[in-house]
Amino acid sequence: MFPTDRKYTRDHEWAKRENGRVRIGITAFAAERLSDIVFVELPNVGAEVRAGQAFGAIESVKAASDLYAPVSGRVVEVNQAVVDGPETINQDPHGAAWMVVIEMSAPDEWEQLLDAEAYGALVGAEQT
Amino acid sequence: MRRTSLYEAHRAAGGRMVPFAGWEMPVQYAGLVEEHLAVRTRAGLFDVSHMGEILVEGPHALAAVQRLITNDARPLAVGQGLYSPMCSPAGGVIDDLTLFRTAEQEYLLIVNAGTRAKDLAWIQEHAAPAMVRDISDGVALLALQGPRAEAVLAAVSGASLAGLRPFGRLDGLAAQGVPVAVTRTGYTGEDGFEIASAWDHAPRVWEALVEAGRPHGLIPVGLGARDTLRLEAGMMLYGQDIDETTSPLEAPLAWTVKFDKEEFIGRPALEHQRTGGVARRLVGFEAYGRAIPRHGCEIRAGGDRAGGVTSGTFSPSLRRPIGMGYVPREAAARGTGLEITVRGSPVPARVVRLPFYRRTQEPRRD
Repeated sequence: MFPTDRKYTRDHEWAKRENGRVRIGITAFAAERLSDIVFVELPNVGAEVRAGQAFGAIESVKAASDLYAPVSGRVVEVNQAVVDGPETINQDPHGAAWMVVIEMSAPDEWEQLLDAEAYGALVGAEQT
Repeated sequence: MRRTSLYEAHRAAGGRMVPFAGWEMPVQYAGLVEEHLAVRTRAGLFDVSHMGEILVEGPHALAAVQRLITNDARPLAVGQGLYSPMCSPAGGVIDDLTLFRTAEQEYLLIVNAGTRAKDLAWIQEHAAPAMVRDISDGVALLALQGPRAEAVLAAVSGASLAGLRPFGRLDGLAAQGVPVAVTRTGYTGEDGFEIASAWDHAPRVWEALVEAGRPHGLIPVGLGARDTLRLEAGMMLYGQDIDETTSPLEAPLAWTVKFDKEEFIGRPALEHQRTGGVARRLVGFEAYGRAIPRHGCEIRAGGDRAGGVTSGTFSPSLRRPIGMGYVPREAAARGTGLEITVRGSPVPARVVRLPFYRRTQEPRRD
């Protein structure tokens, strides 16, 4: 159900490893739960983020949610297209609506993330 | 957690159920924005069975409701209703409610779900010697809202509703053989109706409305869109915009306080506020930028802490962030610049006139 080429957090971010860098977005499950996303706030290139801590925010008509970093490191790319068109997150959460790329400072953290199967099970348990 | 008699219907329609005031209610089905716009342009159907219904009856009923509410029930003929706050002696709002005269000596009070128990105790305490009866458990309530609402309800009931004025009530209609009482009321800023039936019969009424509404583009609507719709319409949400610490004169509800009627609970405090002026007012604001000021965000005016956001959202009709909050009287004038703190950053905003959204066509009143 969820792409197996990446890992996931319990807070519904996905993280796709590209050598020492990690591309990050939110999962289709999170996008569907939020629905009607109208605003996303992302850090600037160069910002330092820490695993498990908020690095941005996302607003749907209904509510605001924090975005949590799957891994620690420095932001090396920010997706301006998703800032300008937040509705992309509802349309293509696992693709065009990636949010930032992080240069990992603690590669061990990668192993802490959930694989697609474990994340799928987590989501299955949350669905009522 | 309680469930309404429409719980299965909500699940079948894809409703996402969430806890609300002790009830398991649908927050959305198709999506909040889609549901919101359906109500603005076509029709939407809401389950509001969680609301409370309290009857005040007997020869002393009018005197009792006059004591309890700030508005004036004297002009109501049977089949007419009004909106009113119910205040504490300090002038704080215990609840806001709609009241209908349902018989010569009988008034029906529709109260918020979250305040039902508190309201009942308050009404029982102050209504004597009138009789008070909580009939909430037996009454299901649907809200049918939007420009196509009249056509949909007419198709289901076979009745002409054109002559039913806003806040008017029609008893003795039927939908799918189920007796219903219909009022021309709602919480969306659109024309629409609230339809009461016996608790267990509501699924049949719901089904009939969904069926008749399909060619009109009717869809079921959840609590999420109910909130954005009422906020665009500048309507108060009890517990957020108004509560026991706020007065109707601070909120934009001065029109519901009738000082030319007899004594009512809260009158001296409210008269004092009217004479001396209130120190703060609830205003509507538009925010500039895309971050959305929400309930609890700090409002600053002229660099000083001025108050807090009581309700805030992204307006699906206006496509920008809107909200309401209390500010000092000096900062309440239309056009006043405000600054609202969203996640630690200041967002510029401006006081605007309420409501944010006003429908262009009034329902027929002939």
